[in-house]
Formats: sequence, structure tokens, C-alpha cells
Amino acid sequence: MRVALFVTCVNDALYPRTGIAVVRLLERLGVDVDFPEAQSCCGQPQYNTGYRHETEPLLRRTAKAFAGYEYVVTPSGSCAAMIREHYPRIGRKAAGEGRGTELAEAAESLAPRVYELTEFLVDVLGVTDVGAYFPHTVTYHPSCHGLRSLGLGDRPRRLLAAVKGLDLVELPGAEECCGFGGTFAVKNPDVSAAMGTDKIDNAAASGAEVLCGADNSCLAHLDGLLRRADAPLRAVHLAEILAATEEEPLS
Amino acid sequence: MTGTYLGMPAFPAFPEAAGEAVRDEVLRANLRHATHTIRDKRARAVAELEDWDRLRAAGKAIKDHTLRHLDCYLLQLEESVTAAGGTVHWAADADEANRIVTDLVRATGEREVVKVKSMATQEIGLNEALEAAGIAAYETDLAELIVQLGHDRPSHILVPAIHRNRGEIRDIFRSEMGSWGRPAPEGLGDDPRELAEAARLHLREKFLRAEVAVSGANFMVAETGTMVVFESEGNGRMCLTLPETLISVVGIEKVVPTFRDLEVFLQTLPRSSTAERMNPYTTMWTGTAAGDGPSAFHLVLLDNGRTDTLADETGRQALRCIRCSACLNVCPVYERAGGHAYGSVYPGPIGAILSPQLRGTGSEIDATLPYASTLCGACYEVCPVAIDIPEVLVHLRERVAQGGPVTREGIRVTLRPAHGHTAERAAMRAARLLLDRPGALRAGERLLARARRLAPRRLPGPGRAWTDTRALPAIPAESFRDWWTRERGTSQ
Ligand code: SF4
Repeated sequence: MRVALFVTCVNDALYPRTGIAVVRLLERLGVDVDFPEAQSCCGQPQYNTGYRHETEPLLRRTAKAFAGYEYVVTPSGSCAAMIREHYPRIGRKAAGEGRGTELAEAAESLAPRVYELTEFLVDVLGVTDVGAYFPHTVTYHPSCHGLRSLGLGDRPRRLLAAVKGLDLVELPGAEECCGFGGTFAVKNPDVSAAMGTDKIDNAAASGAEVLCGADNSCLAHLDGLLRRADAPLRAVHLAEILAATEEEPLS
Repeated sequence: MTGTYLGMPAFPAFPEAAGEAVRDEVLRANLRHATHTIRDKRARAVAELEDWDRLRAAGKAIKDHTLRHLDCYLLQLEESVTAAGGTVHWAADADEANRIVTDLVRATGEREVVKVKSMATQEIGLNEALEAAGIAAYETDLAELIVQLGHDRPSHILVPAIHRNRGEIRDIFRSEMGSWGRPAPEGLGDDPRELAEAARLHLREKFLRAEVAVSGANFMVAETGTMVVFESEGNGRMCLTLPETLISVVGIEKVVPTFRDLEVFLQTLPRSSTAERMNPYTTMWTGTAAGDGPSAFHLVLLDNGRTDTLADETGRQALRCIRCSACLNVCPVYERAGGHAYGSVYPGPIGAILSPQLRGTGSEIDATLPYASTLCGACYEVCPVAIDIPEVLVHLRERVAQGGPVTREGIRVTLRPAHGHTAERAAMRAARLLLDRPGALRAGERLLARARRLAPRRLPGPGRAWTDTRALPAIPAESFRDWWTRERGTSQ
């Protein structure tokens, strides 16, 4: 099976290790991975801040970059939700404004082919034990878009629970937003930091050494708070844990 | 007394007001305790109903249908209310509604009214308008009473004094009750039962004396002309039955077609709002009846921006709201920012989409409200009429950031982008231009990687908001794109 990796702009520039982990993991599971280099940002920051028109060229670009792939896999719940939920909306609005149906068609064709990593592993490949090894106590933060827009349910936790050596502990108040929210983190810094601080306090209370998530944007915010507080906990993307093995541990 | 909300642009922008609330430890503790208690209870009450999803869909469908034919149902309602002996008045805005109510009270010759808790009368600042006309308005809902006595503003739709704890309430009762009527009993403590008893005695005197009552309504039935009020304490029922004259001020979106439609909301509203299977008091009245209840009934139908909201395809779903306040109780932003930060009688997620539609996005507070959310979606998930609040928030952000068509007083106009977004707009455009050229993006990433050791601990400008509390991510030596090329060569 051949899939296209949609690495996302945040991972490309700031968290390449997450992208590399997805490649290693999928190849270990026998999947051929392509990285169409014409890909870029999905447009989520622009769209969520109110600049819908700025997202249209990015929608067009993304749809074109992944044309011809049956499966597009991405290690980001919010970017997957952007494409699945909002691209069709953007397309319909453009059509409603009398600018033709081209965007709507591009969005409709791409949306159902995009899978968040855990969906792809569990639903398409049908695996929960990916053969990973990670001897640490881990707690999982289900980011809002993965939780509510995509309905990932317990897929991430099932994958983690099957990791050898891993001790999965409950995160108190897990389903509460961490306070990142894209530009919210900058526009409402006080509330954002207050929410994030509650989240990292809960993570510390869980007794975990690692705070795991499936969206590096939320993790950047939480990790930033953790490091500023000199907390012993670290934030790690789910893909990196799933990619880790006894031979090639997470560095 | 309490300030007028709608139409008053004097409130500070949301981020500043919220920032202040975040630093108020007592407020945060009060809110956290109250919202978490009620949200857990609500989840249990909702889980008892197997057909919750279908009830939610039905509520949405009834409201959407009614809104689509609002003109017809309002005319039908006017006919039924009139036939039942009531009088219907139409108010285009807050001023007109206040004038109508003031004139009606004056005509009775009375100088005071008792009030049933109502969002609509708060929205238009009725108490202040009556006060200016020399008429005293007494709130009779316990929480509203606390707010009124405390010279305070409500901070929650259902529990207006949610930001107060028992000790604070006892202090307010002790120092203020005397100047409004019967004083608080000697040595009043902060036991909830004691506080409730003090309020009961204080209010009893008002109920027995009042000749005029002012209320809102949760629902109006077009078919029969019936008004419906849901409440927990029974104080509303006292106001609705004892006085001679009853004046109800109700937003036009509160109409439902038939009596049967109430079946759905009788199940979803109490469970969503107070986590009760059924609310303790449901009072319904249809016009007037000789020897039973008020002998004069006036219905003031309030528009105040609702028709304009209805004209917006995406935003109109906000008019489905049944004011259950479930969205407030699950909102992590409301929990930290408190209700006052929203500068409106409608706080929380629903307030963030309703106020900028009813009032427009012209003022600073209204231009910042659509951004008062992380778009986490918890509000949409609990809303019993399935209002996609995040969708409307993004839609309104677009209005603020890019401008666009809106309807104001029935006229279609094109709004220009709000002030203060010029730099952001330029940054978004520049980012998009870069992101739309993978070659330039790669060059940018390499530049970043080369300068990684120079990365500052604190950023200037808007970036400061991030680095004040959070460390920046470390910049990697190589982007994913470059790693891929190095490892695999180009793929396409
Ligand atoms: S928006 Fe929905 S959840 Fe919020 S108060 Fe209105 S009906 Fe209740």
C-alpha cells in the first residue's frame, strides 16, 4: 500500500522528528510512504483567525498536491479536521459567492481521503499493536479537534496501551481544552496560560513522566509551559512513541 | 444599579477584562467550583435519556422551522394573544421596548413593579429605564436579587450571582436588604437555608403588595397565545399570578408553532440548565381570565437586532438558543474569564456569538468577542439545540478581520474590516504567500535553522504574549522537507 504523508507546516519546520517518526512507523508496518513536496500549510491558522480568503490558495494547493492518493495520512488532528470539516465549507462559501464550483469540488474530493494517523492505523491498517517499545509512564491529552471534530475516541489510547513497557495513566480533566487554540494563545494570553497551567498541573498529578498528544500545536504550548516551569515532565508526540523500538529508542 | 449592556460600547476589550478575572483567585475558585458541579450533574441527567440525540435534533428542527417562517408565526401569535384578551406591542429596539413598558406601568398609576427573572429585560436595561421614570423594579429571582442588592452585574445566564460565594452573599444581604425593604434577620449566617429564608421573607412583602409584574418568557405558543416560564424557585409564579397587571417582554425568536412542540423543550431545557429531570415550576398563561390571575396582560415583542441576525445564513442559528446556559458551564474560557468579561448580559460561548450579532461588531468588546474562544467545541457538544458555536465564531471573526455583508436595521450593507487588524492582515497575507511557494518555504526554513542559535528567549511585539509564560520550541537543525530530500531524494 502506498500513502501520501501530509506532514503539516508546524511539523515540517519545528517538529521534523514527528514526521520522521511517521515515516519509520508506517514503513515498519509495510506501507510505502510518499512525501509530495508541493504540499504546504492547510490554512488552518488563517481560517480560524478570520482570513478565509487567504486559505483558498492553500486549499487549492493541498488538494492538488494529494490528487491521486487514496490515503493521505497526517500526524495532526486539527489539520485533518481542517481538511475534512472546513475545506468543504470554504468550497461551498466560494460557490455561494459566485466564484464557481472548482474549490468545492477540490475540497469534496480530498476530504474523505485524509486520515489522522491513529485513524489510519486502527481503521485502515487494522492494527493496535504496532510493535513499539517505550518503557515510561505516559498520560494522554486528547486535543479538542481530534476528540470532537474527528471523533478519534479511544483509538490513541488503545495504540498506547499496546506499547511494550508503557504504563498508561489517566489524565485528570483530560477532555478539557489545553488553551492553545491557534492565535487564541497570543490574542488571549492570560486565559490561554491559565488553561495550559491547569493542564500541566493535571499531567503532573497523573504521575506520568511523559505527556503525550497527537497534535504538536497543543504540545508546543504545553511543552513551552513545562519548560518555563522547569517541570520534570516532557511533551512527546504520539507518533514518536509508536515509532520507538528496543533497537531504535526515542532519543 | 446594574448598567445597561446592549448599545453601550464602554466595556473593555475581552482579553484585558478576562486577564483581570484570571488574576482574581476568589472569582476563579467560585466559578470553577460552580461550573464543574453543574456540568457533572448535567452529564448524568442527560445520560438518563436514551433519545437525547433525537430530542436535540428535534429541538433544532422546531426552532429552524419557526425561524424560517417567523413572520407567519408572530402574526398568528398576535392573533391568539389578542383573542385571549391580551394586548400585543411591537418593539423594534431597546428604547422602544422601554418606552412601551414605562408607559404601561405609568397608566396603572403604580410606582413599583416586581420582576420575574428575564434576560430580555436585562438586555434592554429596563430596570434602569424604569428607575429614570421614577418606578422601582424589584428582582424576585434569588440570584437576581443578590446581584441587584450587591449593585453588581449578572455573570451567568441562569445563575447571575455565580461569581459570589455564600459569605459574600451573607454580607450583601446584611448590608443592603434594609434599604430595599425588609432587612435581613439579626445574626444572619451563611448557611444556604438561612440565606434562602432571609430572601423569602424579604420578597414576600413585595409579592403581597405588587400590583404590576414584569416578566419574560421561555416560550410563546403561536397556536394558542400561551406564554411559558420555567423556573426553580416559585417566586416567578407569585409574580405571574398575584398582581393585577402583567407585562411580558419577549424576544421574537421565542415563539414555537404549537403546544405540542413544548414536549421537546420540557425535556431538554431543565436537564441542560439545572440538571433536573423536570423544572420545579412551569407556569403557563394564555391572555386573561376573569377572577383568575392578572386582569390585564401585555406582550411586548422585542426585535432589537434579531431580524438582522436572522438575515445572516450562518449566524442565524444563534437564535435557536433556549438560554439553558449549558455552554457556559462547559466552557474553559468562561470558567477562567468570568461572565463580566463578556460585557453583555449574554456571557460565555453563546454571548460571544449573540452580542456581536445583536449589537454589531463596531465596539472594541464586540470585535474581540468572536476571538474569546479556543474553538474547542465543548459548547457545540452540549448545546441542546445543536448550535454550532465554533462555526459562528469563525464566521464572525471573518466579519471582523475581512469585513463582509451584514444586515443593519433591515438594510444590506458591506462592512469594512475592523480597525486594528491591519498588521495582522498583512502578516496573514505574507504567511500565505510564503506557504503557497514551497521553494520559498524551504529557503525560509533553512534560514531559520541557520539562525537557531540566535533564537531569543523572549520575543518582541505580539510574540511577547507567547514568551511571557511559555518557552519557544527549539528550532531544529533540519526541516522535515530537507531530511526527506537528503534521505530519499525528491519523490515527485
Ligand atoms: S447556545 Fe445552546 S447551550 Fe448555550 S445557552 Fe443557548 S441553548 Fe444552551
